[in-house]
This record gives sequence, structure tokens and C-alpha cells, in this order.
Amino acid sequence: MPPAPIFATLDPDRAFLERAPLLVRDFVTGLFPPSLQWLAGNLLAVVVIVLFFASLFALLTLAERKILGRIQNRPGPNRTGPAGLLQPLADAVKTLVKEDIVPRAADQVLHFLAPVVLVSLALMAFAVLPYGRHLVPVELDAAVLYFFAAGAATELAVFMAGWASRNKYSLLAAMRALAQLISYELPLLLSVVPVVMLAGTLSTTGIVAAQAGWTYGVIPHWHVLTPWGAAGFLLFFVSALAESNRSPFDLPEAESELIAGHLTEYSGFKYALFFMAEYFGMTALCGMGVTLFLGGWQAPCAFLEFIPSYAWFFAKLLLLLGVFMWIRGTLPRLRIDQLTRFAWKFLVPLALINLGTAAFWQLSAGWSGPALQLARWLVALALVAGPFTLLGRRLSAGVAPRTYRYAA
Amino acid sequence: MLASGSAAAPFSSASVRPVHDEFHGDLLEVSMGPHHPSTHGVFRMMVTLDGETIVRLKPVFGYLHRNHEKLGENTTYLGSMPYTDRLDYLCSMTNNWAYALAVEKLAGLVPPERAEYIRIILAELTRLINHSGLIGFLMQDTGCSGTPLMYAFREREKVLDLFEALSGSRMMCNYQRFGGCRVDLTPAWVDSARRLVDAFPRFLDEFEALLTGNEIFMARTQGVGRLSPELAVNAGLTGPVLRATGVGHDLRKVDAYGLYPRFDFRVPIGAHGDTYDRYMIRVLEMRESVQILQQALRDLPAGPIMDPKAKLRGLRPKAGEAYGRIEGAKGEIGFFLISDGSPNPYRYRIRPPSFINLTVLEDLCLGHTVADAVIILGSIDIVLGEVDR
Repeated sequence: MPPAPIFATLDPDRAFLERAPLLVRDFVTGLFPPSLQWLAGNLLAVVVIVLFFASLFALLTLAERKILGRIQNRPGPNRTGPAGLLQPLADAVKTLVKEDIVPRAADQVLHFLAPVVLVSLALMAFAVLPYGRHLVPVELDAAVLYFFAAGAATELAVFMAGWASRNKYSLLAAMRALAQLISYELPLLLSVVPVVMLAGTLSTTGIVAAQAGWTYGVIPHWHVLTPWGAAGFLLFFVSALAESNRSPFDLPEAESELIAGHLTEYSGFKYALFFMAEYFGMTALCGMGVTLFLGGWQAPCAFLEFIPSYAWFFAKLLLLLGVFMWIRGTLPRLRIDQLTRFAWKFLVPLALINLGTAAFWQLSAGWSGPALQLARWLVALALVAGPFTLLGRRLSAGVAPRTYRYAA
Repeated sequence: MLASGSAAAPFSSASVRPVHDEFHGDLLEVSMGPHHPSTHGVFRMMVTLDGETIVRLKPVFGYLHRNHEKLGENTTYLGSMPYTDRLDYLCSMTNNWAYALAVEKLAGLVPPERAEYIRIILAELTRLINHSGLIGFLMQDTGCSGTPLMYAFREREKVLDLFEALSGSRMMCNYQRFGGCRVDLTPAWVDSARRLVDAFPRFLDEFEALLTGNEIFMARTQGVGRLSPELAVNAGLTGPVLRATGVGHDLRKVDAYGLYPRFDFRVPIGAHGDTYDRYMIRVLEMRESVQILQQALRDLPAGPIMDPKAKLRGLRPKAGEAYGRIEGAKGEIGFFLISDGSPNPYRYRIRPPSFINLTVLEDLCLGHTVADAVIILGSIDIVLGEVDR
């Protein structure tokens, strides 16, 4: 048992802000006859998710352009509205009024379906994320499984778009997307397995509950603060970058090589839908990362619990999204063979070893006393750091900075 | 979707194979360009792909052809000077210089010392903006979403401001004249140039901290697009592309034109001839250029900026021929002129460095992927205004 927290807290469960979303829900469903209230509740969740994440998408596009702008020594969009805040609106109007061009040779049905399927699949992932203490749209026993199944299916839509466009760049992008999917789905899932193993559940609420509590009231019991959890989080994060086709793994739409990849033949609102799906996918994966490793909606310290849980969730989510954007402004892109080699020769072995580390951590949970605790940490850290160093050295073999001569 | 029916071209290399091959199946022919984000203008690469591996690559250019040489033969000597700005529009100062040098040889003019110093200052500033801009674009091709490019352009802006203050134009400077320069440097200009040059190494350090040791960048460029010194020499390559292969050929040392022998600088050479070497040679050259600039701004003598014998309008050099060449940022930029004693040159021929450097593109790209072809092209450093003329 962890020692009692230093700061005594109120029961956060009862706080008004914490319960506010529930009160709104009860009010709205109360307007319906009792037999329809379950339906109204579910529909309300759907509407809220779609509206909320669509507006978050709009804000994220602006944030990304602003952040990239600041990284690149320029102000970013600032002409539309105060500080460019209306830019997403202007973009939406622009994409809506643009002509929707479908190539004559394209597969008309698939070409139309691809963005629709992509967005709907990307949206499905939001159903199982616990946004707050009482805010899980769908309480599912196999939530983690469901989440990654929906996420993997989005790659199918990317392939549909690439194939149906009848464009060689799109086709190349589709092939790249498939290679990437097969390579990165594996480390992504393998990095999640230790969490499921230790939490003993596939339910997202259960996984968040497994990370509850604080040592001395200030050190949270998040998975990321254990050796296997930190390694798992990094593996998850890198695989998530690849899974959401973000830099430095944005090969399917590599604009300097394949023009726009699978998006080459899309224009107008369908193009916007692809972007929306990319941001949805990115947001959902970050949300899953927060849930699995960063304690979900839990506050980092006991005395900070007065801030409502959903605020913590979104703060962590935005932090991760910010790192996504930071990476995009910094790193060049990998080549397709380097991408797959990185997955198969580095991420997958590390994820498998991490499984063993997590198993060791679970087995040694009963070790008590400072000496044994220290030994437990050291062994786990060695299990994480050793393979990382060795595999990393092999991966970057033959690549090194060089020194240069001068002509006489 | 897949190419069909076209007859296979004569093979130029062992790894080139026909589009239809009963043992390997069909290949994919992609026309990259002329409208492609990474062809640096209206350039086209007909690539034949096996998966993503390039088995054949045919450069197609001429989309920007504007009859430059014929125009030069129908224009007075002075009238051609602004046209040379439009060749390599990033390096108008060095284009001007090479042309002025050719005419000076033809007409027997000698620019005064101060003009030679000004030319060197402007040529090295041009080298700085060309190389930093090139690295920015190369990183853009590598997939950096604009960050290095914006950093490079920030520095380029400062140099372009200097050019504008001096010549009235940022890119189309039209500044050099036969026997000297058009306007003199003011002391304020020299001061701001000195500040820029002194601050430049900090930018280079920042740039290198971001790129040189970047593991992804190294993995993308080391061993990619390897060029042998033999092929480089046989194909007539010049500039950083040649020096990256280990051949220490720099006209500033070889020809010792202008007043370059007075300056203390070194010529960096590579050992592998790959894309990373081509990048690093440019970084090191920029550091040497900063050295030259510091010396030139320190020692800039007073005096006239034009040869008193020089005659700009109605220049009629006596019959003969002359070739003026300098080490431009991209390689040897040369002008060959034949005069028949009339106000127009009888023959006006340009040796554009990026056009000749481009001829080895297929040899560099074979066996690599589409993604590599893009950065190999980027590392060759072409400007289509000069390639197509």
C-alpha cells in the first residue's frame, strides 16, 4: 500500500466541474421519454464527439501551421481574423467551393468512397477513449482491440484512394502505405501488449484505473514511469508517428517525391476529408497513448485533482500532439527501405524484449525492501537499455559524420 | 497503368532493362515533371521503375529554352549583360562577372584593383546564398517541411538586401561592366556587409547542428548517388559536384583569375562522391567563402572602379575570340565570344555548369529509389534558367 498522500483532498468524484458533463447529459436525455433515453444518450455522445473533434481538428490545423511557422522563423497564418484565428473557417469555405475533380480513368465508386471510409474509420476510434472520470462513450471489454482494429482499417482506405485514382504517384503511395502498415502495426501492437498484460484487462477504463494513485501523493503510478512503460511509450509513440503517416514517416504522401501521394488526384472537400482523417488518426493515437501510458485522465499529483479529469486528459493529449508537430518541423523523411528496416530490425525486437521486461516487472512485484527494489529497477533498466544500445548501434552501422580534407 | 508498346531505348548501362521482360514482368514508367514539386523548375525525368527502384532515367529539358545564345548574337555586348542575369537567376553577380571577363579578354580591358575586390566580395556573397539556398532545397527534397529552407532564406534575404542597396535589384543585379563595376560601394554598405559576414558562421553552426549529424539525413544521403572521380572528370563536371569526388579542381586556384591568389583560402574535397559529400563540401566552401569575404572587406583598397579605357556603348572589339570562365557557385561558368569587329558578337556561347553537371544524373540514380533520385537531383544543384538557356 502506498503511504497516505501529503495533501488531503476533497472527494474529486463529487466536484461540480467533474460532474458537469454528466449533468448536461442527464438534462438532455431527460427531455426524451424513458424508453428512448438510451438512444438519446448514445446519439448525444456521437454528436458531441463528431462536433468536438471536428472543431479540435480545425484548431489543430491552425496550431500546426502556427507552430511550424514559429519553428521556421515566420509568423504563420495571421491575416484572417484576430491572430489568424478564423483561418480554419476560411480554409473550410475554400475547400467547399472548390471544384471536385475526378479523373476520367479513376474508379469512380472507390475514388468517392475512400475519403468517406477513411474519416468514418478514423472517427470510430474515438468511441472507446476514456476522456474523463465518467466520460467513456462506449464501455467495451475489448476496447484496446477495437481501437487498433479500427486504426488498421484506415490504411485500407489509403490504399483504396491510391488504387482508385489511376495515377502512378498514387499507386506508388498506396504500395508504400501497405508496406508501412504491415511494418508498423506490429510494433504498435506489441508495445501495447505489456500494458494489457500488467493491467490484466483490454478495457481502457480498466487500464486507466490500473494507473491510479500516487506515491507520497506526488509520484503518479503511470506506466510511463516504469522502465518497461517508458520503453513501451517510446515504441508506441514512434509507431504511432508511422501509423498516422506523420513526419518522419510521411512516405505515402511524400510531397517532394510523389507530389501528394495518394492525395494527388483529390481536390476540394474530399482532400479536406483526408486531412481531417489524418488529424483524427493522430489525435486518437495520442489519446490512446495518454490512456495506456500517461495515466489517462489521472492528475499528475494528488493535490491537483481539483482540476477536472477531462482537462488533464486533453492537456496531455495536446502535449503529445505538440510533440508530433515539433517533430514535423525538425526531421527529414526516411526512405521506404529504411522505414521497414527500422520497424523489423529495431522496433519489433525491442517491443518483444520489452514484453519480457514487463513480465519480469510483474513477477518481481512482490520484492520488498530497498535493496531488492533497487535490484528490480536495475535489472529492468538493463533489459531496456542494453538491447536498445546494441540494436541501435547495428541500425546506424556505416553511417557516421565524416571529416574532410583540403586540396593542396 | 503499366507502360506498354514503347520500344526499349538503346541501353547505356548494365542495369537498364526493357519495359517488358518475360523474366521480370512489366516495369512502371513514370514521367516525373515537368510539373513536379522537386524538379527545381520545369525539368522532367522519365523514370522506369521496378517497384520503387530506378532502372532507367532519361532527363528531358528545354521547357525553359528562350534562345539565349542567338539573342546574344543579335544584341550589343553591353545589351547582353542583363540577359546573363537570367541564366542562373540565383547567381546573377557571377554570371555578370564571367561575361565581363570574356569581353575584357576580347577588348583588352583591365579592371582596377578596387573593382576586382568588389567582384570577389559579390561573388563570394553569391556563393553563400547559392549554397545555403541549395542546402535548404535539398533538405526540402529530403522531407524536412521547410525549416532548413526558411533558415537559409532568412540569410539569403540579408544578402539580397545588400545586392538591392548596391545594384537596385535583388536578383537581376546587372552590376558588372566590362572593365569594372557599375556603382561604387559606400562605406555604410561595407559596414553592413562586414556585420553580415561576421554573423554568418553562427548561422552555419546552427545549420550544421540541425543537419550535419542528423541520423536520418546521414542515412538518406551517405552512399546515395555515388559518383566516381573518373566519370566526373570524363563528363566534364565542375564545381562542388566534382570536388565531392575528391578532385581538387577549383578555378579560383587553377586559373587564379581576378585577385584570388592574394587571398588565403582552402579548397575542401570529398572522398566518397555521394550526396552527403556534396552537401558537406558546400558547407565547408561557405566557411572558406566567409574567410575570403573577411579578408576582402578588410583590405578593400580605395580607387577607381572602372578601367579608363573602357567603353560601354558602341563597344567594337577587334576581330578575335575569347573565353572567360570563373568558378561560379555551381561550377565553371564560361562565356565564349567570337568578334568580327561589329558591335554584336559573331558567336556567343555559354558553358553552363549545371547543364553539364546534370548529364550524369542517370548514372547517379540507377539502382536507387525515387526518393533518392529526388535528393540526388537536389544535390547536383541545377537552375533551369541556366540548363535550358
